[in-house]
Amino acid sequence: MTDVTTADLRAWITRFASLIDEHQTELTELDSAIGDADHGSNMARGMHAVLPKLDGAATPADLGKAIGMTLVSTVGGASGPLYGTFFLRLGGAAGAEDALDAATLGAALRAGVEGVVQRGKAEPGDKTMIDAFTPALQAWDDAVAGGADAVSAAEAAATAAAAGRDATVPLVARKGRASYLGERSAGHLDPGAASATLLLEALRDTLAAS
Amino acid sequence: MKKLINSPADVLADALRGIQAAHPDVRVDTENRVILRGEPTRAGKVALVSGGGSGHEPMHGGFVGRGMLDAACAGEVFTSPTPDQMLAADQAVDSGAGVLHIVKNYTGDVLNFEMAAELAQGEGIRVETVVVADDVAVQDSTWTAGRRGTGTTVILEKIVGALAEEGADLDAVLALAEKVSGNGRSMGVALTSCTVPSAGKPTFELPDDEMEVGVGIHGEPGRERRPLATAKEIASMLVDPILADMDATGPTIVLLSGLGGTPLIELYVMWAEIAPLLETAGVSVERVLVGDYITSLDMAGCSLTIVKADEEMLRLWDAPVVTPGLRWGA
Repeated sequence: MTDVTTADLRAWITRFASLIDEHQTELTELDSAIGDADHGSNMARGMHAVLPKLDGAATPADLGKAIGMTLVSTVGGASGPLYGTFFLRLGGAAGAEDALDAATLGAALRAGVEGVVQRGKAEPGDKTMIDAFTPALQAWDDAVAGGADAVSAAEAAATAAAAGRDATVPLVARKGRASYLGERSAGHLDPGAASATLLLEALRDTLAAS
Repeated sequence: MKKLINSPADVLADALRGIQAAHPDVRVDTENRVILRGEPTRAGKVALVSGGGSGHEPMHGGFVGRGMLDAACAGEVFTSPTPDQMLAADQAVDSGAGVLHIVKNYTGDVLNFEMAAELAQGEGIRVETVVVADDVAVQDSTWTAGRRGTGTTVILEKIVGALAEEGADLDAVLALAEKVSGNGRSMGVALTSCTVPSAGKPTFELPDDEMEVGVGIHGEPGRERRPLATAKEIASMLVDPILADMDATGPTIVLLSGLGGTPLIELYVMWAEIAPLLETAGVSVERVLVGDYITSLDMAGCSLTIVKADEEMLRLWDAPVVTPGLRWGA
């Protein structure tokens, strides 16, 4: 493939919604262990509200805004503002052009993650979604620097996100509700890192198939 | 899971219909999931808006009414409400004198109220925020999200609600809110887990002969798990960490709240043990509430809240209040 289009981004989000449905129980169970047992159901509720909004968005910027606003107003919890901010910033950075090359899409993903960092004030190692996003962005940029297209960059990013997600197991949470557990939060996979990994796996699946 | 529900997805919408049907004094905006007073805010009165995940009834919707809240935003069970709900509440209750957001310190609540305040301010509504972080079970360090907000929220909403009713301006209302918040400490214990309807099974496993000390109001685990003890022993486990964290000598307002699955007789058994402990420690309990005020669905257990109170706070506590969950003097 050459460039990523708005249609590809729509397919990405549709795929993410179905991955969330598939993993809803698992995400909620991860959250039961160290949080308040609602991550799967919250994300599923938000993504079901997002799906009907996708067709009306003509550009990546429109799409990001529609997804972000819908998530903010339907998910609640910490995930609503965090994922909402991610898509609002991603859309803003992707702009109105219907053709994103690997570097532009990487920059848009980075803008989204920077929004999450700003809103949630989390750092790598805090046992949050940032622990999946940060290595994924690095892998994306490294792949692009090596001449990769978006398909290969997404493949690398998804793999790195999964590794980052798995690396949250031994961490002691320092943000969100899990932080109240202190040392007892160690030994559990972070549900936010798990859903963030699904987001990048959805992108990999979609671009590979297009 | 055995619950009196139609389906897990409809719990909140159905409960809001019930609240509306049971309490003609409040008005439920079902679209925005906001519970409002039946009467519009009096001109010049500072409005108090709170809210959070549902499942803590009567907090917060049960505290909407004269002398307490102007509006409460209801999130899904244990999930914070969203900024558009809060904005709708602010717009509905601002009389021009501004709005105080009363927020419990949970990441989701803080983030969503923060976004809502930005949106409301963008529309010319002055919004100030008090964050309640009173749970001594959580270490208050830069390495956590900070202490959770629990029972002090109820006492704050009552006292500050009375001041707003008297016509104090937003600065004065905020200053008192911060004072009450700073003066309060809480500690909870769970004998069972709660069951979130959408999850369908208990949030945590707790053997019959164990209890969770320092538990939060969402079934999030506490400080430690211990063998089940007597009411007398549990009373010390609640009182000691609070007194270790504050100088509670002098007048106080105390709340002993059930967590939703504990009968009142057991709460009175607990209070019979807690009261003498406080007296011995030099804590003068001027006012006390025993009952379900800030709950955690069907969790068995209780939480103890102690707020240091001066003459003004006691006077405002005694002022009339007319809400579904708290009512006196009127």
